[in-house]
Amino acid sequence: MPQFDQHDEDVVVIVGSGAGGGTMAHELTRRGLRVVLFEAGKRQSLASFSQNPGVAFGQLTWLEPRSQSGTWDPVKSSPTLPAWHGRTLGGTTVHWTAATPRLQSYEIRARTTYGDIPGASLADWPIEYDELKRWYDVAEKRLGVTRRNGNPGLPASNNFKVMYAGARRLGYKRVHTNYLAINSRARDGRGFCTQQGFCVQGCKVGAKWSTLYTEIPRAEATGKLDLRTECFVTRIEHDAAGRASGVLYRDGQGREQRQRARFICVAGNAIETARLLLLSESARFPTGLANGSDQVGRNYCHHLTGFVWGVFDQPVRAWRGAVLAGVVEDENVYNPRRGFVGGYHLELCALDLPTLPLVGLQYGWGRDFASVIDNYRNLAGLLINGEDLPRPGNRITLSTTLKDPYGLPVAHINCEEHQNDVALRNHARHQAQRLYEAAGAKRTVLSSTPPATHQMGTARMSRDPEHGVTDPFGRTHQIPNLFLSDGSVQTTAGAANPTLTIVALVLRQADYIGREVAAGRL
Amino acid sequence: MSAETVRCLDRRCFVQGITGVLTGVLAVLHPLAALVPSRAWALELHTLSQADAATLLAMIHTIAPHDGLDEAAYALVVGAIDTDAGASVDNRSQLAAGLASLGAEFSADDEGARVARLQQIESSAFFQSVRLKTLLVLYNNPIAWTHFGYEGEVFSKGGYLLHGFNDLKWLPDVPLADSGPMPIT
Repeated sequence: MPQFDQHDEDVVVIVGSGAGGGTMAHELTRRGLRVVLFEAGKRQSLASFSQNPGVAFGQLTWLEPRSQSGTWDPVKSSPTLPAWHGRTLGGTTVHWTAATPRLQSYEIRARTTYGDIPGASLADWPIEYDELKRWYDVAEKRLGVTRRNGNPGLPASNNFKVMYAGARRLGYKRVHTNYLAINSRARDGRGFCTQQGFCVQGCKVGAKWSTLYTEIPRAEATGKLDLRTECFVTRIEHDAAGRASGVLYRDGQGREQRQRARFICVAGNAIETARLLLLSESARFPTGLANGSDQVGRNYCHHLTGFVWGVFDQPVRAWRGAVLAGVVEDENVYNPRRGFVGGYHLELCALDLPTLPLVGLQYGWGRDFASVIDNYRNLAGLLINGEDLPRPGNRITLSTTLKDPYGLPVAHINCEEHQNDVALRNHARHQAQRLYEAAGAKRTVLSSTPPATHQMGTARMSRDPEHGVTDPFGRTHQIPNLFLSDGSVQTTAGAANPTLTIVALVLRQADYIGREVAAGRL
Repeated sequence: MSAETVRCLDRRCFVQGITGVLTGVLAVLHPLAALVPSRAWALELHTLSQADAATLLAMIHTIAPHDGLDEAAYALVVGAIDTDAGASVDNRSQLAAGLASLGAEFSADDEGARVARLQQIESSAFFQSVRLKTLLVLYNNPIAWTHFGYEGEVFSKGGYLLHGFNDLKWLPDVPLADSGPMPIT
């Protein structure tokens, strides 16, 4: 592996190695650019992944605490872990459950479709749907998404049989084993899904797409990638002209280092990307980098989520098999007669036994609480995934109370639920309960809002520099050689799990960067 | 109060005090012992007296009552809390005051009385920390996994593809159009 000089002003710096950064590293190196890829976490492998949930959690998770405020459930239910995402080479693509739905056309025109909703900062995406669709096609082929491009769906698991029976009895029509970036047959040098049920702990057979063993090794094979794991970027620096000039980072020994750069792509996930921009304040940019519009950190979206469990008289053994291999799509529509705007998916889901009482149930104790766990064998489960409305006050700021080991303020998350969020969640819960009752459940059980696994919107794309942070290609309005390459650029959340959209936007951004470089503009 | 309820016992004295519980666990579950975190099994009770351990055990049973779950799983929670108490003076004094507030008769009360007593202190840091530790430890060991039917690690068996991921028979199968073929036959 090459080691590029820290003073080399011609290398590209990418911060973060997940869906956005890992894919960008491959795309730029294969175009001949020399890339330094920074990842705060360590490198794991199929062999080192653990199917002990506690061990895996410690191995893969961003564990630094965050501070929180607001009416959002995790302030109470998960005070030190509001968000559950990766800190490992491959980022959250090691931990994700690989659901890859597309955003719908009405969702990227949320302001036009939903109208002016008080208390929300809705906006239309500055991209035409046809263009997004074109890049979805490319991304789906790259990821090998099931039920697309001739890739078969996954076979039905026990948990899905229950979802399917209930959903069909309710009259739902679009119910299937989901669009998943999981090989349903061997392809792309990787094997097929053997239904381990440990997607979240790292797929030990490599059937699930992760940049760890797809995009990153391909970038390495070009000879153009200088990969620096256990290196944490603490600041983006700029020159006198206001262009990004490089990054400061802490190496594996905690020593401060500097890397110069030609241009920079930040893909730390929407929480850490916003934090890094805010941490990079300077005399010239006193409120943080690319924050001339005061939009950095605002409009944080995380999706409206929650588990619903059906308790049955007979065994389900929902933990067996690919975790999210099932979906009801019928409610992912615009239909304000339901009492809210935006839509939701009901996604198949199960939790391993140790994790169930920690994130899968509402607060409780005693006989009633314990009786759910007594029925662990007989639980069928799903996860609601609904669109939350962006709000300017739902934002990432720098914590005034907590610092990281380097003395830098950690991210503070403030989330106030909108009435529309409450109405959507209540509808989704009610429908999910009806679904399980239709399948014969003797009882249904709800959860608190688990830690957020989808981070979006904290540096939204906009045509007008006053209303967003980046242009339609993720290039920051204020710093011409600074790109954002993760979910932070999503103008609104929609109801789609974000990874496919992140990859599609990054493939499109890389294409744009390639053209800008070729034209001598970057 | 804390001096009476939470004592740093002489190590030999402690080991003599709970040897019966520990030996029983290891003998019954010997095939699983290698999978259990060693610190939990060591049950190095530096702080809890026999009486306090009994109070704590009753509290954990009340928080997470599972008929038929081996007492060894509950003992693992006591061990973990005792370890935490040994790690900091704050933890130790919080635990001491909390257990003292429940009183020596708590462990002899019936479940209804214990529930009523815990409801009175539910908002306390003491109760919340014991509840959280119970959730973290009670379900994260092979004793519990066996009891509740969770099968744990499956990579060594090749996954569930040929081991029951679709063996549910009490509902109809899903049409192929909405699912997909087995990758191997």
